[in-house]
Amino acid sequence: MTHQGNPYVTGNSVTAVSKAGLEASGSTVTTADATQPPPERGGPAHGWSQTGPLRRGWVRLLLGLILPSLIITVWQLNSVTGLFSSVQVPPPAAVFNAAVELIQRGELWTHIGISTQRVLLGFTFGAALGLVIGSLVGLSRIADALLAPTIGALRAVPSLAWVPLLILWMKIGEDSKITLILIGAFFPVFTTVYIALRHVDRNLVEAGRAFGLSGFKLLTTVQLPAVIPAVFSGLRLGLAQAWLFLVAAELIASSLGLGYLLSDSQNNGRVDRIFLAIILLAIIGKTTDALLGIAEKWAVRRWA
Amino acid sequence: MTVLATPKSRSAVSAKQALNVRFTGLGRSFGPPADRRTVLRDINFDVAAGEVLAILGPSGCGKSTLLRAAAGLDALNAGSVVIDGTEVRGIDERCAVAFQEPRLLPWHTLQANVAIGLPKASSASEGKAKVAELLQLVELDQFAKHRPREVSGGMAQRASLARALARNPGVLLLDEPFGALDALTRIKMQDLLLDIHKAQPTTVLLVTHDVDEALQLADRIVVLGSDGDQPGATITEVLTVPGDRPRDRNSADLGRMRSSLLASLGVTGH
Repeated sequence: MTHQGNPYVTGNSVTAVSKAGLEASGSTVTTADATQPPPERGGPAHGWSQTGPLRRGWVRLLLGLILPSLIITVWQLNSVTGLFSSVQVPPPAAVFNAAVELIQRGELWTHIGISTQRVLLGFTFGAALGLVIGSLVGLSRIADALLAPTIGALRAVPSLAWVPLLILWMKIGEDSKITLILIGAFFPVFTTVYIALRHVDRNLVEAGRAFGLSGFKLLTTVQLPAVIPAVFSGLRLGLAQAWLFLVAAELIASSLGLGYLLSDSQNNGRVDRIFLAIILLAIIGKTTDALLGIAEKWAVRRWA
Repeated sequence: MTVLATPKSRSAVSAKQALNVRFTGLGRSFGPPADRRTVLRDINFDVAAGEVLAILGPSGCGKSTLLRAAAGLDALNAGSVVIDGTEVRGIDERCAVAFQEPRLLPWHTLQANVAIGLPKASSASEGKAKVAELLQLVELDQFAKHRPREVSGGMAQRASLARALARNPGVLLLDEPFGALDALTRIKMQDLLLDIHKAQPTTVLLVTHDVDEALQLADRIVVLGSDGDQPGATITEVLTVPGDRPRDRNSADLGRMRSSLLASLGVTGH
C-alpha cells in the first residue's frame, strides 16, 4: 500500500513527525542534564532520599502495577456499562482473543520478530555511527568545525522527510526501513556523546596531561570513562527513537511487522488488533528500555 | 636521569636526584593584544636542588600561573624556566603536580589513581610495589581499593600527593594543596609533607596564600605582589626562614616574620 489517498496514514505520519520534533528537542535538554555531574558525589543523581520502602524493588514494582491494573479494570467495566461501543473500545477479552487467534495462525510472532529485528539492526548501526561520529566531533576541533553545522542541519530535517527518498533509492524492502530507523537512532546518540565529551571536567583532563597522558591514552584513560554514563542515556533515547521510527516506516510501506498490523487492522476495521498492536509496542518498547536501563545503572555505578 | 646504586635507590620511594630550577625573566599575560592583561612580569629566581620554596601572595596574583609554567602546563610570553640545565618545553617527566583539588579519576580506586603517576618506564611489578609503599607512606594502605568518593577530602588529597610522588619527581610542584582542607587536617598534611620530604628529599615548590604554612614548611619564601606602577605581579621579597623543621609554631622569630609578611601582603595589625 502507499500513503497516497489514505488520509489516515498521512495523518499518522504527520503526528509522528511532530512527535519526532518534540523528541529531538526533548533529547537536547535531557542530554545537557545528563552531562552534569551529580550534585553530590556518590549520592543519587536525583534528589530523592536513599532510604525508605520505595528503595525496595518489589515495592516499586507493585506501585508501578497499580495504574495498569486500574486501566484494565476501567476498560473491563466499560464493556459492562457500554459507555463506548465495543467497536470503538473492544473489551480486554476480545483483544486477548485477537492475540490468541494471531498466534494460532502463526502471524503474531512473525510480526513481533520482524519488528524487533528491524529495531535492533537499525539501532545498532545508528548507535554505532552516533558513537563514532559523536566522539570524533566532540574531541576534535577541526572535525567540529567541519561537520557540526552539516550534522545540525541534517538533524533539523524531520526524519520522515527522508522516507520518499529512501523508498526511491532502496525500494520498499528491509534496507529502507532499517536506514530510517538508523537515522532515528543516530541523532540522540550523536548529540549526547558530542555534548558529554565537550563537558568532560577540564581539571581531570589537565591532571591526566600533567601525568604524561596524551592522545589515545588520554582518551581511553580520562575522556571516554568520563562520558560512559552519558553515553548510556543517549543510547536509551536512541532506542526510544528507533521504535518511533520503526512504526513510522512500517505504517507507510510494509507487509509485515507491528506497524503493518496497525495499518492493516485499520483498513479492515479490526479495532481489537489495533489495541493489541499498541499494547505490544508498549510492552516490547518498555522491556528493551528496561534492559538498557539496567546496563545504564551498572555503568553509572562503575564509572560515575 | 638515572639513579645509580646509592643506598636510597633500593627503596621504591627514593627520589630521582633532586633538581634545581631557574626562572629567568618570566612574564605571562592573557587576552587579545588590544586588551592585554599582564599577570606576571620579570620573575627571576633560583631554587636549589632539594630546597623547599614557598611562593606566597594574595589570591589572583599569578602564583598558580608561575607553578603551571614550571610544570609545562602553560605557555609563557617571556623568559624561561630551566630545570637542571634544560629548558621546560611542555609537560615533562621531571616534575609532578598536586593541585588544589585532588583531581582523582572517580571511576578508579585510590590505588589505580596513584598508579597513574608512575613514570612510563616502570615495570608492572615495580609499579605495584611502589604504589603500595606510597599508599603506606600517606597512610592510605587500608583504603587502597576504595574509590575517591568513598573517602574524605583530606584522604583524597593525600592520594593526590601520593600520585605526584609516584612520578619520582626531581621537582614536586604543589599548588595550594592543603588550601581546601580544614585546619586540623591541614596541619596533619603539612607534617606529612615534611616527613615525605625527609624520606625523599626532592625539590619542592609550594604555592600558598597561607603565611603560617609557608613559615612551617619552607626554607625560603618568595613573595609575589605588585611593585610600583607597572601592571602585573613580580617578586617583592625573598626571605630565608630560620630554624630546622619541624618548627615551633609559637616561636618569636617566626611571629615577627609572620607580621612582616602579612604587612607586605597588605594585612596590618595582626
